[in-house]
Amino acid sequence: MNKFTEDDLREELKTKEYEYGFYTDIEYDTFPVGLNEEIVRAISKKKEEPEWMTEWRLEAFRIWEQMEEPEWANVKYEKPNFQDISYYSAPNKKPKYESLDEVDPELLDTFKKLGISLDEQKKLAGVAVDVVMDSVSVATTFKKTLAEKGIIFCSISEAIKEHPELVKKYIGSVVPQKDNFYAALNSAVFSDGSFCYIPKGVRCPMELSTYFRINQAGTGQFERTLVVADEGSYVSYLEGCTAPMRDENQLHAAVVELIALDDAEIKYSTVQNWYPGNSEGKGGVFNFVTKRGLCEKNAKISWTQVETGSAVTWKYPSCVLKGDNSIGEFYSIAVTNNYQQADTGTKMIHLGKNTKSTIISKGISAGKSQNSYRGLVQINSRATNARNFSQCDSLLMGNECGAHTFPYIETKNKTAQVEHEATTSKIGEDQIFYCNQRGIDTEKAIALIVNGFSKEVLNKLPMEFAVEAQKLLEISLEGSVG
Amino acid sequence: MDLKEKLVSSFFAFEEQVDVNHSVHQIRTDALKEFEHLGFPSRKEEDWKYTSLNKVLKEDYSLFPKKDSSLEYNDIKKYLIHDLDTYRIVLIDGIYSSHLSSTTHDKIDVCLMSSALSKSKFKPLIDNYFNKINKKNSGINALNTAFSREGAFIHIPKNTMADKPIQVINFATGNESALMLQPRNLIIVEENSHVQIIERHQSLTENPVLTNSVTEIFAEKRAMVDYYKIQNDITSVSLIDNTFIEQQQESDCAVHTFSFGGKLTRNNLQFYQKGERINSTLKGITIIENDQHVDHNTLVHHIEPNCESHQDYKGIFDDKAVGVFNGKVLVEKEAQKTNAYQSNNNLLVSDKATINSKPQLEIFADDVKCSHGCTIGQLDEDALFYLKSRGIPEKEARALMMYAFANNVLESVKIPEIKKRINKLIANKLNVNLGFDL
Repeated sequence: MNKFTEDDLREELKTKEYEYGFYTDIEYDTFPVGLNEEIVRAISKKKEEPEWMTEWRLEAFRIWEQMEEPEWANVKYEKPNFQDISYYSAPNKKPKYESLDEVDPELLDTFKKLGISLDEQKKLAGVAVDVVMDSVSVATTFKKTLAEKGIIFCSISEAIKEHPELVKKYIGSVVPQKDNFYAALNSAVFSDGSFCYIPKGVRCPMELSTYFRINQAGTGQFERTLVVADEGSYVSYLEGCTAPMRDENQLHAAVVELIALDDAEIKYSTVQNWYPGNSEGKGGVFNFVTKRGLCEKNAKISWTQVETGSAVTWKYPSCVLKGDNSIGEFYSIAVTNNYQQADTGTKMIHLGKNTKSTIISKGISAGKSQNSYRGLVQINSRATNARNFSQCDSLLMGNECGAHTFPYIETKNKTAQVEHEATTSKIGEDQIFYCNQRGIDTEKAIALIVNGFSKEVLNKLPMEFAVEAQKLLEISLEGSVG
Repeated sequence: MDLKEKLVSSFFAFEEQVDVNHSVHQIRTDALKEFEHLGFPSRKEEDWKYTSLNKVLKEDYSLFPKKDSSLEYNDIKKYLIHDLDTYRIVLIDGIYSSHLSSTTHDKIDVCLMSSALSKSKFKPLIDNYFNKINKKNSGINALNTAFSREGAFIHIPKNTMADKPIQVINFATGNESALMLQPRNLIIVEENSHVQIIERHQSLTENPVLTNSVTEIFAEKRAMVDYYKIQNDITSVSLIDNTFIEQQQESDCAVHTFSFGGKLTRNNLQFYQKGERINSTLKGITIIENDQHVDHNTLVHHIEPNCESHQDYKGIFDDKAVGVFNGKVLVEKEAQKTNAYQSNNNLLVSDKATINSKPQLEIFADDVKCSHGCTIGQLDEDALFYLKSRGIPEKEARALMMYAFANNVLESVKIPEIKKRINKLIANKLNVNLGFDL
């Protein structure tokens, strides 16, 4: 991270509106950055949180102070200075631009390729939009349908106020404060995020998505998501969107917790396309995310992710298969280009009997990027008849990138069946030649082959997402042919 | 006094017994400093995540056995591949036994590290090769270097084929209540030459022994090296075996490791491919039980284009045995057209056995074919039923299937006598007599 100088701060203050009570005056110059107990308290107070939440945050902060930043991941980056970051910024109220004409044409070009509607384009680029925009009404209708079914879907700050019993019971139950450095940091300072509760036996009638929750947009860099699916319920949750996010925050440390009670099913899909830095590797977002799900009896959690953005990605959506007969799935496509680095994978912890897990990971590296798969499959001694299948395929484009596989397989039960296989290859010249012969130019041919390579994972995405994700893959790899 | 302090303070006594003016001694002193700094590895290090040396290091090992221990040929015959005519280097408690050995300087040099260090004829070879590929920044490897003085020295000059295989056997007599051995082997195989080597560590009593062995092997252009490690020691001894192989273009090296015995066995096996069109083979069979622990840590470093490597490790784990496989294939940017294959298959026979497997690929070149696979499972119940329904008792049926499971590692063993011996060892280990040779 570049050193955050006073000049930068002044620059930032021009575009951002700080709202904290005790920062209103000239104190700006000395106080807005840094982290201490006071700041944690201030965040909590700002959000009007109850006492127990403030304590919970402070506990996390104290743990965080004792922790060291992990270094084991296969990524290299300049460590952020945690005292140089501002930990609370209210959502941007002022539009950045007055009309679309002022927006970076490159960005608009990408929007066009993704087929995003004009209104949405404005919204995403930070252009002032009319309040009666389509999606607002869409969101309102959605809310009504959900409320009828008893589904709670709101921001986590709202949930802390309105459903404290649920939040108190489940927050930190899957990702405890002390879990890791970034999770502790997030627990102390999380700005906002989503909360979702599906009551017993309810099948959520639509894909829940943060994308539609426009009034909650700009939840900031420390997002906290908590999804609870009560017995026998089902929910499919979408996070992120395919549109490139030009975010000035360099560090993103989110925490996602999923709880699937008996017979419940959660499907969690992510498309991540944060700013990856320019083609020389300058700038870009650091994405350090902790995602974990807990499965009770007969429950199922399925993670699907398409990771194309961020300069550094460090993310391991995991499943703790606690209940008997529970199922964990992980489908991932990670694309890195230019100087991007990704260290991603999953953990499948088998505790219950007859638990099953499937891991399909596709890594595509191009340019000068590094792409690593790191996964753990752990079969504990009581997990009889546990079954795991892992497949990690890597595709290399060009001879300056790297693809790495670091699987950890730990088995303590003789009835376990674990299979892991990995391959690394490149796009065959004969494949490209075949396409060329049929009048498909090389760039299109590569897109075609990459899509075929990622098919298994793309198929797992909800339909409307899959189409966009496919296009996104093409765009991410543009110019990597050589 | 813990073992590290004891080792460091005994270095002065060690210096009195060796030629301190030899150029090697500077290497030893530097290595001692490195060991003092690094110490023994702990589980905090990623490479030692699944293997703890704590228990092994607790014993009060004596470092320099004093008594002259003599053994007769009949005492050791059963540990040799005696139906095979070989050169022999026999070390007893780390000391050379001339009447049990059979060395040569005729065309090829099969002798001792100590004599190679003392003869000026070998000085250029020692200067060129000694400690060149030993792992850096590793406490145990530095420790071996610091105390290196005895072991096997094998030198095959250009265009020579060693006329018979070479056996290198380290015996521990148990005259000391606990003993630490640090053999150091150097094997140089020059252009177009060929050698087959069989290595074994054997303890004759229940007294604990810790062996920290380092072997450096250099295969020059078009050389062929065929190396067999038979690890069937009694279950009170521990072995840390470090083998480093540097290959030049078109050379072909194979290492087979058979781990059946020992309390704790750790194999660090590293291949460095420094030329084109090299072939490397790493194979192993592990069959352990009770509280035995076997850890295979391998690295194949592909540096140049058009090379191949094949890894195949099979493991069968019973009782509370712990198996670890940590294999790494590293393909550098220049190493295009690499073909690397890595496979690790495990059978868990008991509920308390553990397997930790970490097959890793690190690839920086795009035009490569690299794959790895890892499986953990049990014997197929249907196949077992098939055998039983044909009148084969359950125990024998299981053994047959385990044989079949391990067999493709044995297929590439080039010396029939070794194959026969390993088959016998497997039958013993599985406690069956199938009445025929497989």
